[in-house]
Amino acid sequence: MADITAPGPRRSLTEAPQRSAETSGPLLAADGTPLRRKLRQALFVSRMRAMGLATPLVLFVLLAFVFPIFVLLWQAVYNDTFEDGMPRTTELLAEWDAISDPDEAMYAAVITDLIEARDRERALPTKVGARVNREKSGSLSLFKKTNRRAQRLEAPFKEAMVDLDKKWGDIEYWRAMKVASQSVSPAFVASALDLHYTADGTFEWEDPKRQIHLKLFLRTLEISLIVTLATIALGYPVAYLLATLPARVSNLLLILVLLPFWTSILVRTTSWIAMLQSQGVMNDIFVWIGITADDQRFSMIYNKLGTLIAMTHILLPFMILPLYSVMKTIPPSYVRAAKSLGATNWTAFWRIYAPQTVPGIGAGAILVFILAIGYYITPALVGGQDGVMISNIIDDHMRKSLNYSLAAALGLVLLVFVLFLYWLYDRIVGIDNMKLG
Amino acid sequence: MKPMTFIATAVSALAIGSAAFAADSITVVSWGGAYTKSQVEAYHKPFVSKTGINIVSEDYNGGLAEVKAQVEAGNVTWDIVDLELSDAVRGCDEGLFEVIDPSVLPPGADGTPAEDDFIEGTITECGIGTIVWSTIFAYDTSKMDSGPTTIADFFDLEKFPGKRGIRKSPKANLEMALMADGVPAGEVYEVLSSPEGVDRAFAKLDTIKDSVVWWEAGAQPPQLLADGEVAMTTAYNGRIFNAFAAEEKPFNIVWDGQVWDLDLWAIPKGTPNKEAALKFMLFSTETEQLAAQASWISYGPARKSSSPLVAAYNSKPDLKMAPHMPTAPENFENALQNDFEFWADNQDELNERFNAWLAQ
Repeated sequence: MADITAPGPRRSLTEAPQRSAETSGPLLAADGTPLRRKLRQALFVSRMRAMGLATPLVLFVLLAFVFPIFVLLWQAVYNDTFEDGMPRTTELLAEWDAISDPDEAMYAAVITDLIEARDRERALPTKVGARVNREKSGSLSLFKKTNRRAQRLEAPFKEAMVDLDKKWGDIEYWRAMKVASQSVSPAFVASALDLHYTADGTFEWEDPKRQIHLKLFLRTLEISLIVTLATIALGYPVAYLLATLPARVSNLLLILVLLPFWTSILVRTTSWIAMLQSQGVMNDIFVWIGITADDQRFSMIYNKLGTLIAMTHILLPFMILPLYSVMKTIPPSYVRAAKSLGATNWTAFWRIYAPQTVPGIGAGAILVFILAIGYYITPALVGGQDGVMISNIIDDHMRKSLNYSLAAALGLVLLVFVLFLYWLYDRIVGIDNMKLG
Repeated sequence: MKPMTFIATAVSALAIGSAAFAADSITVVSWGGAYTKSQVEAYHKPFVSKTGINIVSEDYNGGLAEVKAQVEAGNVTWDIVDLELSDAVRGCDEGLFEVIDPSVLPPGADGTPAEDDFIEGTITECGIGTIVWSTIFAYDTSKMDSGPTTIADFFDLEKFPGKRGIRKSPKANLEMALMADGVPAGEVYEVLSSPEGVDRAFAKLDTIKDSVVWWEAGAQPPQLLADGEVAMTTAYNGRIFNAFAAEEKPFNIVWDGQVWDLDLWAIPKGTPNKEAALKFMLFSTETEQLAAQASWISYGPARKSSSPLVAAYNSKPDLKMAPHMPTAPENFENALQNDFEFWADNQDELNERFNAWLAQ
């Protein structure tokens, strides 16, 4: 091939188009356009057609998945309730140093803003109060009370408001308002990490009696890890059986694996309640065979143990199926060859068979782990007090306290955490090494 | 017909059709179980036969999340909701409910004007009260010979060993803990307003924490008692009464230290069926309907004029309702009304504290 790249009358292939353009003109298609452009056109059309087919899915994913996630995550750092309702106060609070006593102008701004807010939307002052109340309890009633009397208050407002409620003289409420007045703020993400964002712009640890999130993140990690390991330990032999037994038997077994998979999670979880509760099937059996006394039945449900058992059972198919599909492709001749070369059963399994199942373990483990880390309904039903996970707290803030921002912040932390684990997995095991089927 | 006109006609026909359909049926949301049944018997059935408007009954577990989501999305499918007082007030403050003009309420059957007929505090800006209910604790008499008699007994694991069922929420529990610790009902919220008071309540809860089975839906506690999962449990008094009256369970209610509250109807803002929902609200809070409900479940009617009409349990003429009401004088001796203002201010902080305490 040396002659092609060598200088001379015969040109290198890569340089051909330009050079030949100088000399003999481009290669032309039948209709006279250059072949290169014609090819590009043809490729472009076919690429567009392919994209056209994929567009509905891409749009769907964007609209139904990516976009809502971003909106939600945005809420974790952005909450303009206060700024929107009380624009003048927000301006003054931004200039305030958070140490000196608030001046008359700030008191007056609160009243003007409250009156205007109420005219705009009857419920607005209460919404603002609820936002401040997240930073300092007692602010809500303070805002409601002041709102009711706002029209009747007269200058000097400082005196009038402190008269109305002595909380107005307490600088802590003003500091809480300063935090709430920052629309883009790390307050909620800090709170998701058990930190408190203060008006000075610093972070301090939350009162230990109210710290909960870090503990729950750790517990979520612990439960997910245990469940993953348990599904490997239980699923591996099952998958091996499925892959090696004759098809007739293994198909039957496969149905037994899939049948619970097709059953509602709710049904499976509540059946575990029936099985494990203190007057349940398992305890009745234990009492009957004399393992425990009737008045000392085991607590196996409404605690962490119950969560672990039920979650392991529910997530087991997600481990068995990838393992099975990988094991199915491993030719039995390898193990036979190892044995014929003198390997013991154990060596043949450990050195020859097991390494080939690693992609299945990896796929199953990451599936189970990531499903487990966001698990919600099972811990909610059988978790009791020490078996609940971070998703249950997120749910609590979505449904009960209606603190969407904190729920979003917790979701953000969870998402970052999962992405970090994913990255770690990629570094240690390698994501290419995963095989789903 | 031109295509555009055709589409316009079709669309308006659809709109008229759906509007007509909308008025034919309203969605009434309540707490399920025996309580919803009492409403179906006392309110829904007579309402449907009187007005021809159908009722779709839905259950929920309290809270404002669904209403908030519907109102904020502008897609309101619940037409009228049964709420606890604190949620009714909070939702009203946040603009989630329609404001009700109290002058449209009809007078009582005895002619008393509505504002005098309704028990004080049961008419709020957005909500109209239906019942007085109470969080009490109960036990199974067949399993305990000499049962507990005071709220302090509920926290006494030595005298009365066994598991305790408690609602998974700080509300009512902190109050009961303080009363069990010797705080008189009248001072409970005063004590609870200080950090030391909160510590004291949690310290009292700590003494039974390891023996607690937590419940969330109102139907759970009678089940827990019946299954023998718990020796005693807090519960809504009507649920225990229902198990006792309808299912003949040997349950007994301890009224000492009860925390009572109100339930109200409120109409989510922006419902397309506001008129029909309002009609239902007014109908169901009339003297006769409130009295009829009280013959199905032992919750006190919100109108004074209903009380004399309440006599006996619907299927058992011998079972008089009066002694089973939270407001019966002998039950009302050491009773505390849930303070919605206190909870509006402190529920974020106390919920957090409660969750942290649970997770410890």
